[in-house]
Amino acid sequence: MKSLILHTISITLLPLLILFSVFVLLRGHYLPGGGFIGGLIAAIAFILHAFANGLKETRKVLRIHPGFLIPVGLSIAVLSALAPILMTGDPLMTGLWYDKDIAILGKIGSALFFDTGVYLVVVGVCLTIIFTISESV
Amino acid sequence: MSEHLTIYPILVHLITAILLLFFWMNPKIQRYISIVGSAAGIVIGGLLFSRVWENGIQSIQLGNWEAPFGISMVADTLAVSLILLTNIVAFALSIYSTENMVSSRVKFGYYAIFHFLIMGLSGAFLTGDLFNLYVWFEVIIISSFVLLTIGGRKIQIEGAVKYFTLNMISSIIFLTGIAMVYGATGSLNMAELSRIIPEIENKGLMQTISLIFFIGFGVKSGVFPLYFWLPASYHTPPAAVSALFAGLLTKVGIYAMLRVFTLIFPLGETNQIILMIIAGLTMFFGGIGALVQKDMMRVFSYLIICHIGFMVGGLSLFTEVAIVGAIMYMFHDIIVKATLFMLGGVMFRIFGSTRLYNMGGMMDDYPKLSFLFAIPLFALVGIPPLSGFWPKISLFSASYTAGEIAMLVMFIFASLITLVIIAKIWNKSFSTSDPKRERKLSFKYFNDFSFAEKAAYVAPIILLVGVTLYYSFFAEHFQMVAERIGEELMNTEHYYNAVYGIKEVSEL
Repeated sequence: MKSLILHTISITLLPLLILFSVFVLLRGHYLPGGGFIGGLIAAIAFILHAFANGLKETRKVLRIHPGFLIPVGLSIAVLSALAPILMTGDPLMTGLWYDKDIAILGKIGSALFFDTGVYLVVVGVCLTIIFTISESV
Repeated sequence: MSEHLTIYPILVHLITAILLLFFWMNPKIQRYISIVGSAAGIVIGGLLFSRVWENGIQSIQLGNWEAPFGISMVADTLAVSLILLTNIVAFALSIYSTENMVSSRVKFGYYAIFHFLIMGLSGAFLTGDLFNLYVWFEVIIISSFVLLTIGGRKIQIEGAVKYFTLNMISSIIFLTGIAMVYGATGSLNMAELSRIIPEIENKGLMQTISLIFFIGFGVKSGVFPLYFWLPASYHTPPAAVSALFAGLLTKVGIYAMLRVFTLIFPLGETNQIILMIIAGLTMFFGGIGALVQKDMMRVFSYLIICHIGFMVGGLSLFTEVAIVGAIMYMFHDIIVKATLFMLGGVMFRIFGSTRLYNMGGMMDDYPKLSFLFAIPLFALVGIPPLSGFWPKISLFSASYTAGEIAMLVMFIFASLITLVIIAKIWNKSFSTSDPKRERKLSFKYFNDFSFAEKAAYVAPIILLVGVTLYYSFFAEHFQMVAERIGEELMNTEHYYNAVYGIKEVSEL
């Protein structure tokens, strides 16, 4: 789609939307949000960019094949679930929390890493599907 | 770390699948990873089995949330024996797939999805929470849908649509049942439900819910009125996938029935009669269906349905002997049905088709293979001392002692019709002389294979036939396991105590 307005705004929106998706990911523990919805927002950012600038440009921005994000995300999620077994001997998926607050992020724990894994998987799956479809059209 | 062994059968396949995703474009490495992963699955399954055998039911609370609030994972003897068998079949199929699956299919993620499916099966066997069971069912359905359609031939898509639609409907029915249980009791933990449900006054509602569950599981396991998705789809994918489905997928439905109808809704008289009628009709229609089919894979598909009737029938009698028989039958069926479809894949390579009239002369051309294939075929019929014989003793005697002569007649009828069908296949494809077949061009026949390729086809069959023979000649081991499972299933307090961490005074 060649449209000057969309083209201009997509360049601004890409970082903004990704920033927003990270914000949604981080607030997800107590408030509405989380890895899944954050991942969808990030995927939308790239899809919008692809609409405005073509798939080639988006692939250049993304640098890696989106399919690669799936196993990476899954590994992060699995490791965060395994962490209690390896570190404290508690059952799978027990929440481990670091006692001190960290600036901006607040308290971090294994749940955050799990959500990050979900985030990456969702981005990977959505982009793989959309890219494959738009390539075959 | 070893105290968390209960969860490892799930993790091992999850981790294998993730590793496989990293090597998406490299079919060769994927094959090795898959074989190693499945072998590790057998080791872990064996360790868990021996632990449960020695120390009784093991349980674990995910996320360290106390029993009725979190998700419990419970490894009782039924779950671990099924996990062990699943992993054995998965190992055989990992080897079988190396040749049966062409690289282009592997590049679509065959192996990763295969391991996700095994993970889903292990999860379904282990979970102690109804909603979690539903989630594992979804994992299984989605993975199996991908496996069915990989390759994208027209016939595959057609079968997959039927498969997916009916399984989706059954999931929705199952989910409705779960919602009703939660509305009535406020809990979904199976152990807690086993205590709450008997105290609920509204028996009619509980009866309804239990039948809703029966419909949900019944569609998945392929019982009488709702089985037609099974023969429509099982013969379409490559033999490795069909074997996986035939051996394991329908058995998950049976497993869920065994669990729910002993632990949560112990069968009452009405339900027993309903299950009995349905089991009888399943055996009848499955057998008749198999009789008229002309394609070997379709014959086997109908035989799956026919033999599901044995397990449902055993459950419906609801005595300990009958349940032991049903479980023995399930063990036998998992191994033999997987072997049958793998053998079908080899015959497809030999004859270039699975249609019965294209076959013949197997005995003259491949005497050793014929002998090997005879074992699972005759084990299916239950010719003593092969494996099908032993569970049938329990089932026959249980139905006789319960006074259910109609059930006994149906069991015998189904056994006889299986005999007729196997005799027909044997006559047609093994003992008659070779019909002059046209050789298809650009088709790789079994003759053309190198030794390594032949080995990849035949070695896993030998492995599973070995298990069948072990079952045949050491049936008392399986009987012992099944008796213990029967005892555990009928006395639900073992399960309850394991989940709630209550020490039992006397050992099992």
